[in-house]
Amino acid sequence: MEVLLGITGKDFVLTASDATTARGIVVQNRGEDKSRALNKHNIMLYSGEAGDTTQFAEYIQCNTQLYRIRNGLDLSTRAVSSYVRKELATSLRSRNPYTVNLLVGGVDPASGAPELYWLDYLSSCVKLDYAAHGYASYFCMSTMDRFWQPNLSLDEALELLRKCLAELKVRFIGNLPDFTVKVVDKDGIRVVQI
Amino acid sequence: MARRYDGRTTIFSPEGRLYQVEYAMEAISHAGMAIGILSSEGVVLAAEKKTTSKLLEQRSHEKLYKLNDYMAIAVAGLDADANTLIHYCRNQAHSYTLTYNEPIPCEQLVQRMCDLKQGYTQYGGLRPFGVSFLYAGHDKHYGYQLYHSDPSGNYSGWKATCIGANTANATALLKQDYVENCSLKEAISLAVKVLAKTMDSASIGADKLEFGTLSAQADGKIIYRAYTAREIEKLLADEDVKKILEEKEKDS
Repeated sequence: MEVLLGITGKDFVLTASDATTARGIVVQNRGEDKSRALNKHNIMLYSGEAGDTTQFAEYIQCNTQLYRIRNGLDLSTRAVSSYVRKELATSLRSRNPYTVNLLVGGVDPASGAPELYWLDYLSSCVKLDYAAHGYASYFCMSTMDRFWQPNLSLDEALELLRKCLAELKVRFIGNLPDFTVKVVDKDGIRVVQI
Repeated sequence: MARRYDGRTTIFSPEGRLYQVEYAMEAISHAGMAIGILSSEGVVLAAEKKTTSKLLEQRSHEKLYKLNDYMAIAVAGLDADANTLIHYCRNQAHSYTLTYNEPIPCEQLVQRMCDLKQGYTQYGGLRPFGVSFLYAGHDKHYGYQLYHSDPSGNYSGWKATCIGANTANATALLKQDYVENCSLKEAISLAVKVLAKTMDSASIGADKLEFGTLSAQADGKIIYRAYTAREIEKLLADEDVKKILEEKEKDS
């Protein structure tokens, strides 16, 4: 029932994740943030098996930060998504693979060019202009197919996101009242209200 | 006295020195010289091949090696040691690419090599690698770069430097003639000049030299180009090496 969405714009990536922690039919918590800042310009959203998600996300977060401390350089979005894919692929072939689906989004701090990568627990890694994980993809992909265009402004992207969330409200059986929405751009990562 | 402390690499002498490491460096100062020069448009590597014989099968490269699309290396020291290190180096470079889907930043590759080299100065029963390297590289972070690493595991970045025999003379010449932000062509000329003036032999030909450049193609793609024998001969003719050699003769 978890929902992850990502939309690239002119010089930013807009992400949204549902703020609900559910186990079976019970909602355990609202106001969850299912994302981690990997470095100043890269964010990772995750969904999947409850324990796996935080464990894996923290592991990736710590390693990207370690990379920066060791080498004095930040990994690019492309590099970090490749790294995550490699870790997932290794994990997949182990006795206890992580069951985690991810979106990795970020911008090049110099040019501001946005990038968004869609990864699943079978370690597919695809670069997309807009992406969705979970049941949301059944409802939102068509909306994004119709309304996404290159060089969206932040307002236009937020408007598109609102359309997607409205679609979920109308058609989706799950009850997802809150979303954590974030923007990654040249200035870093920040929460926006929708 | 020295004999008591140089049997094992792990043991310091009373003066606080590691003789095996120093001997390794000594081995390098007998090897053919390799020069690296940084320019604004690329990096030049040039080296002197010492093993020349009429009967020897000519190998195209013996001192310069390509590591990946963005890096090349020049060797001075024991060839056999260099081969294993280059194998390791290529392995490291490409395993980074496998993980991160982009070429390894130059300094990181140099660091990885130096980590390995340093290990051999500390753990018992092994001798250090008797090789110094010059690394010519390009990455998106710092552009063109030139590094030097030695058997102790130290490394440093340079604008122009050399390793192997006769380095004192060559360094003096480089200091005197190096122009910051010079063009690639000027850097090549300087490399030819320094080699010609410092090599012991009276004649210089393609059989004794190796040349390579790391620079951008017209389309902006970085490539490492190793000169063929014919290209080296042409380069030597263009740079008028005969004249340089005659001048050298006169001075001495």
